[in-house]
Amino acid sequence: MKIIRLFINKEFRQFLRDPKMFVIVLIAPIVQLVFLGYAANRDLNYVNTAVYDMDKSGKSRELLRDMEGSGFFKFNDFTANYDDLEKALDDGRVLCGIVIPDDFEKNIMNRRTADIQIIFDGSDGNKASIASGYILNILNNFSSEITAEIQERSGLKRSLAGMIIPETRVWYNPNLTTRNFMLPSIVGLILIIITINMTSLAIVKEREVGTLEQLIVTPIRPYQMIVGKLVPFTILGFVSIILVLSVMRFWFGIEVKGSVTFLFVCSFVFMLSTLGLGLFVSTISRTQQQAMITSAFLVIMPMIFLSGFAFPIDSMPEAIQYLTYLIPLKYFITIIRGIVLKGLGFSELWKDLLTLFLMGAAILTVSSLRFRKKLE
Amino acid sequence: MDTAVSVKNIMKKFGEVTALNDISFNIKKNKIFGLVGPDGAGKTTLIRIMCGLLKADSGEVDFSGIESAGSKGKIKNEIGYLSQKFSLYTDLTVDENIEFIADIHGVKNYQTRRDELLQFTRLKDFRHFQAGKLSGGMKQKLALACTLIYRPKIIFLDEPTTGVDPVSRREFWIILSGLLKENITILISTPYMDEAERFNYIVMMNNGKLISEGTPAEIKAALNMTVMEIVCIPVRDAYKILKKNVRSDVQMFGDRLNLIF
Repeated sequence: MKIIRLFINKEFRQFLRDPKMFVIVLIAPIVQLVFLGYAANRDLNYVNTAVYDMDKSGKSRELLRDMEGSGFFKFNDFTANYDDLEKALDDGRVLCGIVIPDDFEKNIMNRRTADIQIIFDGSDGNKASIASGYILNILNNFSSEITAEIQERSGLKRSLAGMIIPETRVWYNPNLTTRNFMLPSIVGLILIIITINMTSLAIVKEREVGTLEQLIVTPIRPYQMIVGKLVPFTILGFVSIILVLSVMRFWFGIEVKGSVTFLFVCSFVFMLSTLGLGLFVSTISRTQQQAMITSAFLVIMPMIFLSGFAFPIDSMPEAIQYLTYLIPLKYFITIIRGIVLKGLGFSELWKDLLTLFLMGAAILTVSSLRFRKKLE
Repeated sequence: MDTAVSVKNIMKKFGEVTALNDISFNIKKNKIFGLVGPDGAGKTTLIRIMCGLLKADSGEVDFSGIESAGSKGKIKNEIGYLSQKFSLYTDLTVDENIEFIADIHGVKNYQTRRDELLQFTRLKDFRHFQAGKLSGGMKQKLALACTLIYRPKIIFLDEPTTGVDPVSRREFWIILSGLLKENITILISTPYMDEAERFNYIVMMNNGKLISEGTPAEIKAALNMTVMEIVCIPVRDAYKILKKNVRSDVQMFGDRLNLIF
């Protein structure tokens, strides 16, 4: 125990003398968080729209007024012909183009179906589908108003009975901001970088300099070496979690709804697997460059892509969905989103936590055995 | 009784290459033991096996000569090892490096000993320097001080004088001879024949084989040949030219050539 404490002391002393490490542990998480907080914004606040109104009638203006009144559509361009509308879409100035044919009002008045054309720039599928949802909603209202108006004029009183009117409520993230959804996961990403990347680098550095060999000649045991190397990074991990949570709270106003203590416990369990992976990377790399590349490309990138951090797992092909079960970060992101956004606790999250724990224990055991074997 | 360590029939292969071929010898207590041979003779491999950093394919290293009654299984506290690279924590100071090594060997009250060693190695004025900022010769002395802080019974020095300037080299030898007073057995490997004179006992190695052993005088007598040492630049080119044009044996030792005839 004493030897482990000495080792940890030594690690911290070295850490304090390395300004690079300071930047990585203390500055990088905050910078990442702030950038991501602003950049990871998939919200669609308004849709730039071009309009080619051939009808220029009362009804067509009424429709356009309804759309503009919704606040979602911003008419930047009233074009005089179809080509200009096409060009506006081509140039990316607008996301949506609306063409109202010249018989629009006439058809409505004659109780015929009136067509309008709506063109979306589908290169960002997500935005286009959100925008089309908005439009359909407005058009629905518009046509039911017309129906009501016509029925009224023809003297048929329409009864409102039997209609379904949804009262929608969004829970956990009422404004549907992507930021709230993305930022808690940053805790996971930061932990990955500190515990996988930096741990493996620190161990490989000792091997490169030759101090690891020197340590083998001393009475220090491999397990003491492992614990002595891993504990400092666990502590650094916690420091950066606290930093990230504070910035989230005081900069972006995202509060942790659940228990912070429980969040720390879960983070620790998650770190078992990432520290294990860091240790593993150190056993297969001879130089710090190798460790860097191995941890970045072979471990961290697949982890991020398959964790559901960036892309929803539900929309991945089935085979790849099975693969995501092997990614510890996937469980941690579920847990942390649950705690931060929904205020969930152990009773809801125990399955993910248990999986994470079993994975961590397995990875750490395998890596430690490998590390020990490498020393001998 | 005066044997500190005995090496028995050590064999080691790296793939097809036989690095050590049936090496056996005894190291006497409180003597400076020299392992002399050209680059690639197998000196480092042998030292690494003796320190337990590498496993031999067969044979054994017997430490019973220095194992005290209570120290069984704790042989690592009795061994010091100085690798060729003087592996220190470059971002820790001189004092902290020594302190760390003392601590993990469980040495209490190392302060007096540390002052003594710093005095001895003339590093006292540099004790608050980070090890990375020291010169090559100073790093080497610091590595030695780190090793000596826990009073090992035997120290293994792997080419401690290679790549160190002549002044530091001479100083280092003075320090080493001073150590014998403290009942420490020293094993040193070197490619330099001139240093061999300073050893009490020598084992000569070449191509993984032990070629001769004895005191420096004995070895000289047994050789019955003249060894001419040529210091020149560039060594490699001179070596190639001599090898082509001279019939006698030419060997390259670091920065110099030995011509045996």
